[in-house]
Amino acid sequence: MIPAPAFLSNPERFMAFSRWAAPMFGLIAAILGLAGLYLGFSAPDDYQQGATVRIMFIHVPAAWLSMFVYGCLAVASLLSLIFRHALADAAAQAAAPLGAGFTFLALVTGSLWGRPMWGTWWVWDARLTSVLVLFLFYLAYIALRAALDDEAKAARACAILALVGAVNLPVVHYSVVWWNSLHQGASVFRADGPAMPPVFLIPLLLMSLAYMAAFGALWLVSIRGEVWRRRAEAAALRAARS
Amino acid sequence: MTHLDILHVGKYATFIGAAYGISVMVFAGMVWTTLAKARRWRKRAQALDAALTGR
Amino acid sequence: MSRISALLARETALAWGRGGGPLVSVGFYAGVATLLPLAIGPEAQRLAAIAPGAAWVALALASLLSLDRLFERDFEDGALDLLTLSSTPLELTCAIKCLSQWLATGAPLALAAPIAAIGLGAPPALAPLIFACALVGGLAFAFTGGIGAALSLGARRGGLLTAVIVLPLFVPPVIFGGGALDAFASGLGWTAGFALLCAYAAAAVALGPLAMAAACRNALA
Repeated sequence: MIPAPAFLSNPERFMAFSRWAAPMFGLIAAILGLAGLYLGFSAPDDYQQGATVRIMFIHVPAAWLSMFVYGCLAVASLLSLIFRHALADAAAQAAAPLGAGFTFLALVTGSLWGRPMWGTWWVWDARLTSVLVLFLFYLAYIALRAALDDEAKAARACAILALVGAVNLPVVHYSVVWWNSLHQGASVFRADGPAMPPVFLIPLLLMSLAYMAAFGALWLVSIRGEVWRRRAEAAALRAARS
Repeated sequence: MTHLDILHVGKYATFIGAAYGISVMVFAGMVWTTLAKARRWRKRAQALDAALTGR
Repeated sequence: MSRISALLARETALAWGRGGGPLVSVGFYAGVATLLPLAIGPEAQRLAAIAPGAAWVALALASLLSLDRLFERDFEDGALDLLTLSSTPLELTCAIKCLSQWLATGAPLALAAPIAAIGLGAPPALAPLIFACALVGGLAFAFTGGIGAALSLGARRGGLLTAVIVLPLFVPPVIFGGGALDAFASGLGWTAGFALLCAYAAAAVALGPLAMAAACRNALA
């Protein structure tokens, strides 16, 4: 058995760690976000995209996070399945709504970017479709968690589903890319766009780091809430017995 | 470009404003629900623990 | 070996006889194929353009129908407990269950699919490929669907939940099969899509039972 870091496997240590780590991540997110927004809005208009290039600074980080959070969800699920750590399950449970939130943001901001740029709210492009399917995966995970009453069973069933999804998502992405190549003409993106100039790249990186730090803070606080909830329910059970 | 020009986003202002507005709303929602849940269960757990040890 | 064939016979008889069997699936399929022209309009050209795709999507939906009974019945009456205790590995039992599901619903649907597609206006030359795609795709639908059915064991509103879990998993086979049919209809090479569909079905048959068995053990624990 691989020893996991104590602050991740031991609830007491985790609570002590997240107590200062969560506000710190939140602070980092706020600072980076403000800097990114300032640089983003003071950047000149793109010669092709015009002012709508500003949507990129919130769309691309959300799209990255939607995939990153699923990775976190899958890893936490794997750990909870192998080691049966309650904390790993709490982490998986906490990640799912946040991931769904970021995926929703990626879809909506993408749509609002697409309308002025391509003249349509939605195109059945490979990337858009992949993100939509990812959103459906998050919804299925949340629905399964909500439908099972027994917490221990829900934890394992959800972990299995998360891993099935992790195996399936690359296949979904591949299939959607294949499908898109079949229906030429629908594609709007070019994979090999021109290299992004630093005026846009720096705010984009800052915003991405800010999103990532914000997710870290929200995730930690959400896991803390989950730990408190389980503690409260255990205490209620003990109170009912005594 | 002065600092007032920063907020000038041209004819696409509706789309940019909507994208940022929705992002802010979703973030606010995530922050609020996360904090409220953590606070609620923390109070609950501490109250129950106190009741158990108090007896 | 005789135990396995006995299990297959039992499961197929159950899937065929109770839980609806082929009649419900084929009836649902015929119903969808009838509603479609009523919703879209009877213009032959427009219908013919979407006929293969519509037949294919309706097939994916019809294969969802009897999934909720796949494990639920044995879960409720305790037979699943006995199946777990038997010397046959649970993975193999799950695979046999899905195989009988496919025999009882997938194969009859594969026979109905070309008829529905031609009725909607697809060229008759498409019939063999639709049959083959439906046969292979049905295998993929049965084995990925089994994962959803096993995961939602013991859940409230299990049937609906199964559909929510399974539909995202159906994306690749729907794309591959639809792509093969589309390519054939427009005179392009259809082998790539069909080969990918076969590969997906093979992967589902190989990996699906592992997830199903894990989910069943969890539901029974």
